[in-house]
Amino acid sequence: MFRSMFPQDIFSEIDRLQQQMQRAFGSGPSIRGFELGSYPALNIGTTPQSVELYAFAPGLDPASIEVNFERGVLTIAAERAADLPTQDEKSTVHINERFAGRFRRVMSLSDDIDPGSASAQYRDGVLHVSLKRRESAQPRRITVQ
Amino acid sequence: MSANANVVKQGSQAGSPHTNVAKQDRQAEAPDLAMSPPVDVVEDPSGITLFADLPGVPKDKLNVRLEMDSLTIEGEVVLDTPEGMESSHVEVRMPRYRRTFSLSNELDKEKVQAEFRNGVLKLRIPKAEHVQPRKIEVKAA
Repeated sequence: MFRSMFPQDIFSEIDRLQQQMQRAFGSGPSIRGFELGSYPALNIGTTPQSVELYAFAPGLDPASIEVNFERGVLTIAAERAADLPTQDEKSTVHINERFAGRFRRVMSLSDDIDPGSASAQYRDGVLHVSLKRRESAQPRRITVQ
Repeated sequence: MSANANVVKQGSQAGSPHTNVAKQDRQAEAPDLAMSPPVDVVEDPSGITLFADLPGVPKDKLNVRLEMDSLTIEGEVVLDTPEGMESSHVEVRMPRYRRTFSLSNELDKEKVQAEFRNGVLKLRIPKAEHVQPRKIEVKAA
């Protein structure tokens, strides 16, 4: 009866299929095996002054997120509680795609980062970590005397 | 932190101003491309509960629509990016999520409840209360 709850949007279906294929046939070029569609998804951007990292990690308790930066390697770890009810006779799980459990993502960043400058913010399910580059590494215009 | 999200009926879809992500991403130029958010759907005797992951969507950019027999979840990603940032690694490529489900008859679309917290949307769609069997009086001719 509830078969009709399955999605009708063909394009998003193809998108999902692609992600699943990618998951099935090995990972990306990174040695840490980043894969598309993993939790949390990660966007990284740079400016001349800083490195900005966005982890798309919805449904976390901000206090439980561990962010560590050590020797140029940033680690994000947390645990996400499952929203699904435990097995009982009265409820049926029709679709189960969301991630639950512990995760840890590790990434190496450029070596000009000042470890003391890191700040992290969790908003709308996105963890934003901002790391400033060292003063000495920033482009500087030298005035000609 | 928990707040009720807007559940709007057909016709009040928000406009689509370009977000910061859109500026960085070439693919975003096609406004119709959207990511399909992962969902969990659980049914119990009194209704259906749906959870959807929509990280990066502020509450005012979330749009849950019910039209006839379909439910559409749509959200725009807004990130707080510094001026002049260049993307060096991108896994979330599109600034938008969208997914549509069709609903069956016995679900009560008038009583849908929505909660949106930390990028997770929780929708509760109760089943319609059973229509009481009515006795039809037969009049004597």
